[in-house]
Amino acid sequence: MRDGTWNPELPLPMTIREVRQETPAVKRFVLDGSLNAEPGQFVMVWLPGIDEKPFSLMNAQPVTLAVAEVGRFTRAMHRLGQGNRLWLRGPFGQGFTLEGRHLLLAAGGYGAAPLAFLARRAREEGRRVAVLVAARSRQHLLLVDEFRTLGCEVYTCTDDGSDGQPPRLAPQAVEELLTSLRPDALYACGPAGMLDALEALAREYHLPAQLSREAYMRCGIGVCGSCTCGDQLVCRDGPVFRIPG
Amino acid sequence: MAEQLSPDLRVNLCGVLLPNPLVLASGILGTTAELMERVAKNGAGAVTCKSCGPEPRAGHPNPTVLDWGPGLINAVGLANPGIDEAVEILRETRRRLQPLGVPLIASVFADSVKGFAEVTRRVCTVPPDLVELNISCPNVEAEFGRPFSLDPDAAAEVTRAARAVCDRPLLVKLSPNVTDVVAIGKAVVAAGADGLTAINTLGPGMVIDIESGWPILANRVGGISGPAIRPIAVRIVYDLWAHLRVPIIGTGGVTCGRDVIEMIMAGATAVGIGSAVIQDGPAVFSRIAAEVRDYLASHGYASLNEIRGLAHARRHMEP
Ligand SMILES: Cc1cc2nc3c(=O)[nH]c(=O)nc-3n(C[C@H](O)[C@H](O)[C@H](O)COP(=O)(O)OP(=O)(O)OC[C@H]3O[C@@H](n4cnc5c(N)ncnc54)[C@H](O)[C@@H]3O)c2cc1C
Ligand SMILES: Cc1cc2nc3c(=O)[nH]c(=O)nc-3n(C[C@H](O)[C@H](O)[C@H](O)COP(=O)(O)O)c2cc1C
Ligand code: FES
Repeated sequence: MRDGTWNPELPLPMTIREVRQETPAVKRFVLDGSLNAEPGQFVMVWLPGIDEKPFSLMNAQPVTLAVAEVGRFTRAMHRLGQGNRLWLRGPFGQGFTLEGRHLLLAAGGYGAAPLAFLARRAREEGRRVAVLVAARSRQHLLLVDEFRTLGCEVYTCTDDGSDGQPPRLAPQAVEELLTSLRPDALYACGPAGMLDALEALAREYHLPAQLSREAYMRCGIGVCGSCTCGDQLVCRDGPVFRIPG
Repeated sequence: MAEQLSPDLRVNLCGVLLPNPLVLASGILGTTAELMERVAKNGAGAVTCKSCGPEPRAGHPNPTVLDWGPGLINAVGLANPGIDEAVEILRETRRRLQPLGVPLIASVFADSVKGFAEVTRRVCTVPPDLVELNISCPNVEAEFGRPFSLDPDAAAEVTRAARAVCDRPLLVKLSPNVTDVVAIGKAVVAAGADGLTAINTLGPGMVIDIESGWPILANRVGGISGPAIRPIAVRIVYDLWAHLRVPIIGTGGVTCGRDVIEMIMAGATAVGIGSAVIQDGPAVFSRIAAEVRDYLASHGYASLNEIRGLAHARRHMEP
């Protein structure tokens, strides 16, 4: 129900408190508002006159986003600074649920954003958290310091080996960590190809996994049918999908 | 406890048997075969695909759909993959729906009479159980001109052209945005429509963000649906049934069993459900079907036929 002061379904304006360049492509936006949200949930961000697009929450209190510049909308976001406003609808979708004492998180690209939120919750509850941050090259590794500050064991992997480790793709690095760390559950967010490979791994190792997937979103609220993945709606049934293991 | 006979929810829509009267309205979830199958498995009595047109269309930029409180406002802009791909999706949907006994309604649109005939001819190759002509999309006026639904002659012309190439029962979906909806209904029935769907979205309307002053939809205006429009939809179904006595899919703001009963008492044969999917997702159909069944059982009705058009009879009663 709505309380008359603000309809929570309408976009809510929030002012940018801080913008921080995280990697050459990704900026962190800290806003002056808060939302009641679970890690893994997303918001629709509206810039009046430009567009409205989905972004995962990197934190909800205060609302924090990590945005990669990839096109028209995200370019416009990257031009914003402290004091500018943006408008949010949400939070939407099913977030992660915490299971197990020892978690392995695998982040590809800006997939690190929702996993940082998850890591914070897991650490608050005293769980052991290992994180694999994967990227093309060292300078694109996102939120490594953030995960360290949260008290996670951080591992990295890059396609080109520029992090000083052997060059390898995320699924290979995850498989190595599965055998060395023996975690109770796997959490991942990243490109579709990486998630497909991790889903296969999770089934092979009978490991429960929660994967945050993406799809093209219009409404964000489960009516328009534009975000389908099989018979599932990514905006409503997802974005986090659970594989029982 | 005495065995109580479960009320019969089946309805006959233009000769097609629906296991219950709840029809997935066009433009809600009807984009893929898997999704339409899921809606059917969740208790819909028929599913309508998202309206398909001659060419692929990307639709309008976001925001395109907004929950503004008592309803939705949308200007998706007839995003669709075009008739070639739509036919493939509909074939697969039909294959999945047939074993479930849930009929498929193909919704079509076009920007010309010839276009309507061509898209209708193509979807009939699937074939769907029924075809619905969406002559009332209000969101693309700049591109498509005045919707055909606003003028009896134009509406009749489109219907005639589609009728000539359509061997399936033909429904025409009417717009509420007219002064005399019965005149449009009469025109399309005379031109060969077997039934009517009423109503498409109301408006266009506008919702403005008062912090920035911007209308929220990128298209600025959009069609209104959901509970906000239900009394209008009920009145239109009532008026159409009073004058035409053809099968009607009463659509607009239905969210629960009581709303379904109300539509059927106004004269509807079946009831479209769109915006209410927000409440429970696809499971909204099984929930509403159970509520309809409960109403019938608790009021001693054996089937929906016993209450169809009841509000008309009441009109002539003395207090
Ligand atoms: C649930 C979810 C969470 C996301 N979280 C983040 C995040 O935390 N950080 C981040 O940087 N990005 C995130 N994204 C991706 C982000 O929405 C897109 O990168 C953004 O919409 C691109 O807009 P653009 O105009 O800049 O680029 P465009 O030029 O429009 O497109 C660039 C790419 O972005 C994708 N994209 C465009 N529009 C949409 C849309 N409406 N829905 C989904 N994908 C789209 C397309 O696949 C395209 O390849 C998320 C997407 C989803 C679905
Ligand atoms: C997001 C959205 C998209 C729609 N797209 C279509 C469409 O493609 N074709 C059509 O005939 N009606 C379309 N409609 C109208 C619905 O089918 C229905 O007539 C209207 O929403 C009223 O019913 P409701 O109140 O149950 O939603 C759309 C409605 C919404 C909310
Ligand atoms: S974005 Fe509209 S149904 Fe998911």
